[in-house]
Amino acid sequence: MASKTLYSQRDPMLKRDGFEDILEERRNSSDLKYALRCYAPVLYKGVTPCKANMLKNIVLQSDQLHYVINKVSQESGKAPDIIQEEASVILEEMAHRLQISTVRFFAFALTKAFKTLFQHVCVNEEGIQRLQQAIQEHPVVLLPSHRSYMDFLLMSYILYTYDLALPVIAAGMDFMGMKFVGEMLRMSGAFFIRRSFGGDKLYWAVFSEYVKTMLRNGFAPIEFFLEGTRSRTCKSLTPKLGLLNIVIEPFFKGEVFDVNLVPVSISYERILEESLYARELLGVPKPKESTSGLLKARRILSEDYGSIHVYFGQPVSVRSLAQGKVNRSKYNLFPRHIPRKPMEETQSFVNDTAYRIVRLQEDNMVLKPWVLMASLLLQNLEGLELSVLTEQTVWLRGLALSYAAFLDWPDHAPTAKVVSSSLALHRGLACVSGGRVSLVVGEPLGPVTPEEALFNRAVSVLSCASYRNQVLHVFLRPAMLAVAMHTAASSKKNDVYNCFSFLWDMFSNDFILCPGDTVQDFEEACYLLVKTGAVQMPQQDIVMTDIGQPTLSFFNGLLEPFLQGYQVVCRYFCEEASEGLTEKQYIPAVRSFAVKLILAGNLRCYEVLSSDMQKNALAALLRMDAVTKVKVADQVTLIVNKMAVNSIDNILGGKLPTQKAVLARL
Amino acid sequence: MASDSNSSESQRIAQQRLRIIAGHLQKHKDDDSGIIATECKAEANKGTVPRKRQEIMKWNGWGYSDSKFLFNKKGQAEFTGKRYRLSGMVLPSLQDWFENTFGASVNHKSPATPALNASAVPPARLNKAFVEDLKATGIPFSHEAEDRVFRAHGHCLHEIFALREGKKFERVPDMVVWPNCHNDVVKIVELACKHNVCLIPYGGGTSVTSALECPPEETRCIVSLDTSQMNRILWIDEKNLVAHVEAGIIGQDLERLLNESGYCTGHEPDSMEFSSLGGWVATRASGMKKNVYGNIEDLVIHIKVVTPRGVIEKSCQGPRMSTGPDIHHFILGSEGTLGVVTEVTMKIRPIPEYQKYGSVVFPNFEAGVACLREVAKQRCAPASIRLMDNEQFQFGHALKPQVSSIFTNFVEGLKKFYITKFKGFDPHQLVVATLLFEGDRERVLQHEKQVYDIAATFGGLAAGEDNGQRGYILTFVIAYLRDLGMDYYVVAESFETSVPWDRVLDLCRNVKERINRECKERGVQFQPLTSCRVTQTYDAGACVYFYFAFNYRGLADPVHTYEQVEHAAREEILANGGSLSHHHGVGKLRKEWMKESISSLGVGMLQSVKDYVDPDNIFGNRNLL
Repeated sequence: MASKTLYSQRDPMLKRDGFEDILEERRNSSDLKYALRCYAPVLYKGVTPCKANMLKNIVLQSDQLHYVINKVSQESGKAPDIIQEEASVILEEMAHRLQISTVRFFAFALTKAFKTLFQHVCVNEEGIQRLQQAIQEHPVVLLPSHRSYMDFLLMSYILYTYDLALPVIAAGMDFMGMKFVGEMLRMSGAFFIRRSFGGDKLYWAVFSEYVKTMLRNGFAPIEFFLEGTRSRTCKSLTPKLGLLNIVIEPFFKGEVFDVNLVPVSISYERILEESLYARELLGVPKPKESTSGLLKARRILSEDYGSIHVYFGQPVSVRSLAQGKVNRSKYNLFPRHIPRKPMEETQSFVNDTAYRIVRLQEDNMVLKPWVLMASLLLQNLEGLELSVLTEQTVWLRGLALSYAAFLDWPDHAPTAKVVSSSLALHRGLACVSGGRVSLVVGEPLGPVTPEEALFNRAVSVLSCASYRNQVLHVFLRPAMLAVAMHTAASSKKNDVYNCFSFLWDMFSNDFILCPGDTVQDFEEACYLLVKTGAVQMPQQDIVMTDIGQPTLSFFNGLLEPFLQGYQVVCRYFCEEASEGLTEKQYIPAVRSFAVKLILAGNLRCYEVLSSDMQKNALAALLRMDAVTKVKVADQVTLIVNKMAVNSIDNILGGKLPTQKAVLARL
Repeated sequence: MASDSNSSESQRIAQQRLRIIAGHLQKHKDDDSGIIATECKAEANKGTVPRKRQEIMKWNGWGYSDSKFLFNKKGQAEFTGKRYRLSGMVLPSLQDWFENTFGASVNHKSPATPALNASAVPPARLNKAFVEDLKATGIPFSHEAEDRVFRAHGHCLHEIFALREGKKFERVPDMVVWPNCHNDVVKIVELACKHNVCLIPYGGGTSVTSALECPPEETRCIVSLDTSQMNRILWIDEKNLVAHVEAGIIGQDLERLLNESGYCTGHEPDSMEFSSLGGWVATRASGMKKNVYGNIEDLVIHIKVVTPRGVIEKSCQGPRMSTGPDIHHFILGSEGTLGVVTEVTMKIRPIPEYQKYGSVVFPNFEAGVACLREVAKQRCAPASIRLMDNEQFQFGHALKPQVSSIFTNFVEGLKKFYITKFKGFDPHQLVVATLLFEGDRERVLQHEKQVYDIAATFGGLAAGEDNGQRGYILTFVIAYLRDLGMDYYVVAESFETSVPWDRVLDLCRNVKERINRECKERGVQFQPLTSCRVTQTYDAGACVYFYFAFNYRGLADPVHTYEQVEHAAREEILANGGSLSHHHGVGKLRKEWMKESISSLGVGMLQSVKDYVDPDNIFGNRNLL
């Protein structure tokens, strides 16, 4: 069975490396000395020595770029040298100017900042050793998870600490708005790309050639965020494929022997942007990146943000992944410098690879006890006894471990101590009073409107949810199975599978579910639930065991906010949505619909107020053709098929059986 | 550049052609004049190759029995015999190179089985009726074990390895016939059809594609048709500059005989000492001087082929025709699956007045390839231009004979100093292009300047005639060297491809890397030698030739490991835009990739030709398709 390998990969016995705290040494020795120490990293064996500005020349003189310049010139009627000039301007705007002095400055400044902000910065040194090996062998692409602005500074900081080649980092253009800092980042290896340049052939050509040149020359490891942007919810985001396509193509074209993709999981015990994200999700726009904003954020320096864990995963060889999946000789019949849309088999390969990497990132995310506590608190919004919370946390710890969660539970500490210190660190989110633990709701001064009160509560819930979300990937598949068992018409495996498959499809924007893996995920979920004794599968049935109740009800509760949230969106489309609703109006409209419901006491789910969930629900409905987009003039309008939306609503509510054809494989 | 304009020019010219044939290898009798031809033992009208090949040639290795490399008692390498330029010489640096490159030791020998064990040869399955009828024709034949085993293989690594190990062949020819002329072949083919006997044409026996291997599933009597006695030049037409030649003639005889009349074909594949004209046609051979003379398909004007359906030939000798697809191209590269090539009319040229070797050192392989590309672009390639990578450059240096004079030593040292220290070339990066110019003296010198000027723009430095010539020696003695390696636990093989210019570098790098990686994964304990050279330039691409060797101590089945690695290397070549073969052919070794290479429709077209020409699969070597 193909999925067997996957199971073993997720076995609780899964071997993971231990961590070293890199701050420890910093606390005991001179920061200045550290910043000025000798830095001589090993390089890629095929490296062509090259300065940052020589790179620009190579790019500008490349056949690839010349081809596009001529093409654009023909299409626009502008002279090629003018286009060439434009290309040069684009490159100037984009290119990094990596220089060691700036890196040393950051090494100094960040050490100071890290020491005040964090208790520990932990790195798996075996991962570093693997990376060091990989860097010498083949071009390396670093693919860290993205939860915070800190991520890429932290990455460079760690690589500098371990005397590894500093990466060049693809960063969003918004950083460049921060005048001085933008330039500093540039000098520490960031290069800037516009957020959207859809149809701009020239921009794409300059950008992709720039990245490929650095990769081919082995200039430096290339780093970018597969998720494209910081995840405001702490769930991994659906991977973006553009840059991954660019870094993989040189392998398919034979320009490099192999490319190593290194997934990196960066887990924060407390995210600096915690409440910022919640506000943003609730529709308060994020502050524009500015230097003064950053300075104001200094306030955060006085707080304790716990630990960071950075796990460098096993390098993934693109060559091995592509073996038998992509026929490279198909690239032989076309000049390599002419840009082409990737072939279908390449596209699906890149897509699969992206998902695979994001799942590897998830697997190695370190979870703190608080994550488990947050999951429990969210299922008890009215609060619960501290003793009950402690007891359930211990229970959940066992469950998480049996599902191979990478849990960082303090050794030899009594549980009560663990719980209380977690509560202390997150005192902004939860408090204990009278032996009960409940969410902290910010109390603004002065009179409060009901909407404001609701808004404040929602901030707390969403902040808390961002911790629960960190554990979702561990429980997701069994949890979906639990929900499917709950809603399925019978306990027949086929019926349960149909429900599972429906949920799988529905939630594939919210969670990392690799396209085409439905059956495999189902089997994995069955395997895990059976293994942990919550479920048994006599013949063609899936039934709960005597001891399965707590697990299954926890799982049902875990996904409840998502089920409810999607239902609210469905109801909005059925009951409220006016004709000619534009895509832009959708989010505020659905938000005020939900606010109304909550204020009227008809809804207790605050998470539906999150624009992330609203967008994902819309994407799901679009994918299922229950809602369609129509472009009228400049506006994109949403056309609702109320019948379809209604039936989805009913299925989610468990009122209607799923009618999907049974897969032959089951 | 050394210029020898003041040496005895006339004497040189007279000896030009002889130098070309065997010249790369001839015994170095006189240090000043360079090369002196030795008399070939062959009598007039009698070729070099006797019917009993094993009388003068190794039964389990390359070339003449009297010529081989060995490490003498002092551990120094020497080359025995009297035939070649290196013969009788001591090569002081070979041992170091050999031991350092492969991690091998002259103390660890893996000697070959001394003699063929005739009892291990499967008994001949003779077709009595066929033998009776054949006897009546008077055509000589044999079913002795030595003759049959000699024709049961080419020179693939696994074939030679099996012979050396004394392994039993699953299937060998049941008899050998030696036709003497076209009509003999017609008779043999008729009889084969009549008695349903399988025929496998055998020319020089230098195949490296398993093309001569007998299909083990063949139950009919297999007859090896040895063309070696069909070795005459039937006529020379000086008005049209063509010669009509029997196809069994081997390269060195053809050149020698034509030289006597003042002509040459200029077709010099590296195997020309032993490979035959018919074999060249059947495999689409390529000679090192194709830039001047063309490849075999450019050289042939007329081909006569005996097939089970009769004789194919064109009715005239027009230099080019538009008469539908060229039927010659069904024959060229047919690898013995359609019939026997018996006679060929091919172009000849007057022996060039002047010939000059040369070499250029480049700082790295990239610069060298860029230079060759430019030379091809300007269409000014010399008769031969080859670019050896650093590994091969060092290999070539390991073959330097002992230098007698202190002065030469000093000059060599000075040269090395100039290149590595003064010019800053990294001795572990630098590569060398070897050149061979031909033509009238003035034009050669002009041409030489043009090429060196181009080279200079890519950072190339002229490095003398000697380095150039040594490069060509290497290609001729490489097969002998493989036998030496096999005496000391080292297996080696070469393979080739052709590839568009823009992919040359990527292909070379990736194939080498793939070989290294595969070796590691398959448990090869020592770093393999992977080396390549660009051997031919074309307008749109180049031919790349790889050497691959490793020390197999510690491996249970070195040949199998070798085959897996070579297989992977070929996949890598194909994935990087290289062809299945530039000139070795497909044989049975690379059959599996034919569909991918020429599409299944293409295979179908070839199959339908085979089905028409040879419906009963008389030519049953099962190559190609």
